[in-house]
Amino acid sequence: MVETTGMRIVPFLISLFLTTGLVFCLNRQWDLGDFKKTPVLGSFLSPQHGFWQNAEPVGSDFNGTVRLPGLEGKGEVYFDEYLVPHVYAKSEVDACYIQGYLHAKFRLWQMEFQTFAAAGRLSAVLGAGKDEVYIRYDRSMRRLGMVEAAKAELAEIEKDSVSKRDCDAYTAGVNAWIGQLKEGDLPLEYKLLNYKPEPWTNLKIALFIKDMAYELAGGDNDFEMTNAKSFFSKEDMAKLYPAIQDSLDPIIPKGTKFLAPSFLPKAPAGADSLYFNNPVTVTDREMGSEKSNGSNNWAVSGMKTISHAPILCNDPHLNTTMPSIWYQMQIHTPGYNVYGVSFPGAPFVIIGFNDDCAWGITNAGRDVRDYYSIRFKDETRREYWFNKEWKTAEMRVDTILIRGQQPFYDTVMTTVFGPVMFDESFTGFSDVASNRSYAVRWKAADPSNEMATFSRFQSIRSYDDYKQALLTFKCPGQNFVFADKSGVVAMRQEGEFPAKWKGQGLYVMPGEDSSYLWQRSIPREENPYMFADSANRGFVSSANQEPVDSTYPYYLGSDFPIYRGLIINRLLNNMNSITPADMMKMQTNTYDVFAEMARPLLLKFIDRGRLNEKATGYLNTVRQWNLYNNPLEEGPVIFNYWWNQFSKNILDDEFSKASVPMTRPQESTVVEALIKDSAWSFIDNVNTPEKETLTQEVTDAFLKIVPQLQQDEQNDRITWAKNKDTWVRHLLRIPQLSREHLPIGGGARCINAAKQFHGPSWRMIVHLTNKTEAYGVYPGGQSGNPGSPYYDNFVDYWATGRYYPLWVMGPEEIKDQRVKWVMHFE
Amino acid sequence: MAKLIVSILLTALLSFVCGLFLPWWTIALAAFVVSVLIPQRPLFAFFSGFFAILLLWGGLAVAMDQMNQSILSAKVAAILPLGGSAYLLIFVTALVGALVGGGAAITGAFLRPALPE
Repeated sequence: MVETTGMRIVPFLISLFLTTGLVFCLNRQWDLGDFKKTPVLGSFLSPQHGFWQNAEPVGSDFNGTVRLPGLEGKGEVYFDEYLVPHVYAKSEVDACYIQGYLHAKFRLWQMEFQTFAAAGRLSAVLGAGKDEVYIRYDRSMRRLGMVEAAKAELAEIEKDSVSKRDCDAYTAGVNAWIGQLKEGDLPLEYKLLNYKPEPWTNLKIALFIKDMAYELAGGDNDFEMTNAKSFFSKEDMAKLYPAIQDSLDPIIPKGTKFLAPSFLPKAPAGADSLYFNNPVTVTDREMGSEKSNGSNNWAVSGMKTISHAPILCNDPHLNTTMPSIWYQMQIHTPGYNVYGVSFPGAPFVIIGFNDDCAWGITNAGRDVRDYYSIRFKDETRREYWFNKEWKTAEMRVDTILIRGQQPFYDTVMTTVFGPVMFDESFTGFSDVASNRSYAVRWKAADPSNEMATFSRFQSIRSYDDYKQALLTFKCPGQNFVFADKSGVVAMRQEGEFPAKWKGQGLYVMPGEDSSYLWQRSIPREENPYMFADSANRGFVSSANQEPVDSTYPYYLGSDFPIYRGLIINRLLNNMNSITPADMMKMQTNTYDVFAEMARPLLLKFIDRGRLNEKATGYLNTVRQWNLYNNPLEEGPVIFNYWWNQFSKNILDDEFSKASVPMTRPQESTVVEALIKDSAWSFIDNVNTPEKETLTQEVTDAFLKIVPQLQQDEQNDRITWAKNKDTWVRHLLRIPQLSREHLPIGGGARCINAAKQFHGPSWRMIVHLTNKTEAYGVYPGGQSGNPGSPYYDNFVDYWATGRYYPLWVMGPEEIKDQRVKWVMHFE
Repeated sequence: MAKLIVSILLTALLSFVCGLFLPWWTIALAAFVVSVLIPQRPLFAFFSGFFAILLLWGGLAVAMDQMNQSILSAKVAAILPLGGSAYLLIFVTALVGALVGGGAAITGAFLRPALPE
């Protein structure tokens, strides 16, 4: 060892090197492979900076005083035992300001992450991802025009002085929270992924609205249907995709008279036979958006309730995520007193009630996204053929920032139809090369101001106010249910919808001239609507089914689920002297109408002689099943396996022959066809010389599922809840931050539509008695912080079908013992 | 012995104050500075830095975890992955800090001439 009179150089250098090396290693993220990275361990573990700071003490004190520059008056927020804020603001602007602050305080990460996703900026946070999935996602969102659509929305918001004022205040509130954040205060997810929030803007509010439009009105089957039309005969197409289901019970009862159309859209010549004689296959693949976003809402009038006051119910079905899409609150201002759920990311209560009225929404599911095939002159894609001449396309270059990589530059062309979604440089989520180009026309790209509707909803006092407020709501089209204390109960399907000729946009349309363009919008007064007391029905309801029967003069699109609507209307028709408790039972009802129709068919045609003892046991279980998808039932597991296998057996031969994606017929189509015709042509397997019978296919399917059932029995997955395995899943899909394996029944076709990662996102029941009586529950908790006891405290209540009373706190109740904490804003 | 205890307390205190305003790695600066100001044999210096941060980070983590009733630590310990054990996570937290503290302190000790035996 070298000893000097001064410092000991070598040991110093060694320890300096080792220590700085250790700090360096702890101060960066490490690649774990499989596109996973560690957090920055040094700061992540540091109790003063990292995740320990998010370990919210149980019994935390949320009392406090907040100074917000720009607040007009003083405001108070009273938190109850569920951490639901009851905001008392001196003005509507202050209310938005405080709401922005609360959303940010409890939900900042999700609101920013969702707007990043909407804007096609996921790669900037998450990197390229496996198979560049995040780049593909970002390119899809950008090409669809999400950012342009949000900018158009923002321009409309800013034209309206009230909307602008409210959004400005909301944004200021969010930024007041962000501005005072220290490293340790950042939500856990920022620490896991190692990034920081950026300032909030009004554009992000608009992006959030467009994200909802994307979720709810961003689905279509145009490519899959085009492939089907190119593959099947005209007769087969009619069999597989009928315009309307026999058993449909539309939102507006059959036989209702509609206004004569003020405008009849004209179909171009040859539209009907398109693709039958000149087949085209589309290999591009859209993003797998949730196509079964559904919801239920209904309201019963006083003639059917025990109190003679209306009861309104709503349960929107969305991805069941942690943190939840909803944040529950009461907002009291001089202009209104409203209670319900809000979207972290936007001002106002979105679904709820005030002192006079209640409202709820379900998705209309109309087809408002269509594709046009574009013929470009050459590979530069600068000019395209339109109305007999070459027309110059607008060009823009999108810069997609990618974490840990060089940016990706995407050249996007825009035509008269809309932006080019797919072309030689981008095939979406498909890996099959294609040189075809498709432009997309999407209703959500049109300028609109949906915020104005919700702004007005806060203070609606009558049916006329509600109808007026809906005029600014264009997309995503919704079924707005309404009830008020004067006894009016109504349903309106609202939005601005293109007036389509029959079949318009069901298939990819030729984009070489203007004949296939959308022509006009349906005049608002021609949108379907009804009152509960017309025809003495006493209720209105919607569950994403087709809104009207075939006498409605415009084409609506296809792909509407029918079963939830059937059971809701059946139950409501038979109910009288209704109480809120009855409505709770109904919202959590798990009866399966589809099984009611399909099981007799399966049982009728099964050949019992081919079953061994074990198989006969399963058959008896499904035969004796009560048709409720309850958590402990084995019947629904056997039934669903059986139906799915049977459906695969009869359709796979045709559908796998095409080698391109094609829309499968709806379950209702298949079952209705087989009930009518046990020799339905699709039963025969086209790959075998013999002619299969229904008995053969039904029995084969049953025998095929027996080994799987036995395996499930061994693995304790044969009961419905365990087999279905419902989660409330963290937005980053991290299991440890999710609630897994919930004991909940139901399913896609039940009123209680709890699927694996999707289901009733907010159950609400509002009894419009003199003093409003309301109940609600959502799968989540008021805090977005996984380290808070309020992160997931509603989940068990939700899963087991229980409700919390919704307390509309009066000004005289500020000393009530339900008030646990008070935050003063000044 | 007195020097050791004073060094530990001073390092922990300085680290804590730095942590309120500055990045996590300032624990290394704190341990280094204390070790330069209070001369000790290298091994003792290492132990003061090591135990100072072990106590600070471990103590804070234990206190925060107790108040939180391990709601978060159980989740983070499952993600990291440490088998969902809050104790193990507290131990890892304290150990990581302690190694940085100890390393910085011994580096500081080598900056000074060797102390007479």
